[in-house]
Amino acid sequence: MGGALVILIILAVAIAIFVGIYNALIRLRNRAQNAWAQVDVQLRRRYDLIPNLVETVKGYAKHERETFQNVTEARNMAINAQTVKEQGQAENMLSGALKSLFAVAENYPDLKANQNFLMLQEELSGTEGKIAYARQFYNDSVMKFNTKQEVFPSNVVAGMFRFEKMEYFEIEEEEAREPVKVEF
Amino acid sequence: MYEQIASNKRKSLFLILFFMVLIFALAWAFGQITEFGRYAIIPAVILAVIMTWGSYYYSDKIALAVSRARPVSKEEYPYLYNVVEGLAIAAGIPKPRCYVIDDTAPNAFASGRNPENAVVVVTTGLLQKLNRAELEGVIAHELSHIKNYDILVQTLAVVMVGVIVLMSDWILRTFLWGGGRRRRSQSGKGGGNAGAILVIVALALAVLSPLFAQLLRLAVSRKREFLADADGALLTRYPPGLASALRKLAADKEPLEAANKATAHMYIINPLKDLKRGGGPMAKLFSTHPPTEERIAALEKM
Repeated sequence: MGGALVILIILAVAIAIFVGIYNALIRLRNRAQNAWAQVDVQLRRRYDLIPNLVETVKGYAKHERETFQNVTEARNMAINAQTVKEQGQAENMLSGALKSLFAVAENYPDLKANQNFLMLQEELSGTEGKIAYARQFYNDSVMKFNTKQEVFPSNVVAGMFRFEKMEYFEIEEEEAREPVKVEF
Repeated sequence: MYEQIASNKRKSLFLILFFMVLIFALAWAFGQITEFGRYAIIPAVILAVIMTWGSYYYSDKIALAVSRARPVSKEEYPYLYNVVEGLAIAAGIPKPRCYVIDDTAPNAFASGRNPENAVVVVTTGLLQKLNRAELEGVIAHELSHIKNYDILVQTLAVVMVGVIVLMSDWILRTFLWGGGRRRRSQSGKGGGNAGAILVIVALALAVLSPLFAQLLRLAVSRKREFLADADGALLTRYPPGLASALRKLAADKEPLEAANKATAHMYIINPLKDLKRGGGPMAKLFSTHPPTEERIAALEKM
């Protein structure tokens, strides 16, 4: 009965490999989905920081009303954006408005010395970095997931269970790629 | 970048396999010389593991205590916190706890048995002397050590060295104090000369193994440093940041007071600045870190 045993062992190993690949695909997909959700966490944090920033600056620079309006409007648009494209546009406007706000703050030395303002500035700068890193991690996760679906032998398993490739986060519109204009 | 990472991982694996070959060779030698046979390797492994387990499990606490680092809060060092948190997001690991050493010598290290129990330590000198891109490069390098479980790898290497040292010690002791197979008559093949040659080979192995083991361990350490450089560059997507930081660190001649020979291997650059100029190829073999010029060259090739 040696032959039957050998076949049984081969079958068991094949099944184990199969299950291993399927589970790996599931894990990679969930990691990529989680990574996308984490980007939203950082975006949310930026939105939450902004009202505080506006109030602090208003305390010293009451007359720069237009700048404040731009920032608040852009923030609201970004929060309410529905599609990815809308969000991208709103984000770009918000970045521009924030840059203008910080440029305006340069004219008020008292404001620049304010601890709260400095802390908020550092926080926002850090959050911008984190948004970028979160997007980078999302793209890295997508790359790993897509690659696993394409290489042999996991492509066989991926095809059997109809796994779908995920999209990279990319900047779509031309305007988002241009440098942000700062207007006083 | 990706090629360097793959190459370094391959080389580390190769070195670990070499370790195991050495251990098995010693086990064979053991069988030749003593009467315990090849299975004596098991108590040696157990002993080595016991001796090293504590240092692995509590690696973060031990490293902190030895280096006199103090924990810092987000309010104290928001800049450092944001850099560490951002890169931890990019690496997909939980944010490690941040600590600071009050010393003007710029340096940094990371420790911890897994990403959940990890710490990152920087000196105040580092925070003062590096700009943002350089600091990010250094922190990315340290986080890569954590992500690659390098503390585990280093501990494995140390355990293997321990096993080898124990066994070779055992062999030599048994040989010198008599006893073992030497006394009993060799039955079967050989006897006389052939037996004696094997014994000599086994002895040579026993004497030289500890040296080989240390060299292997240092080679593993160097490869992991290159790997951390490459993985760090992948995190920041900006190799010149770390390259510039390494240049600044190499130029700074000040030794770090809190470091000593036992902890020097963890830091990003050797904190004991006693490097004599022109040690030649032998000095490279006995060093835990690759020469800084080579690290910078590798980064610039990316």
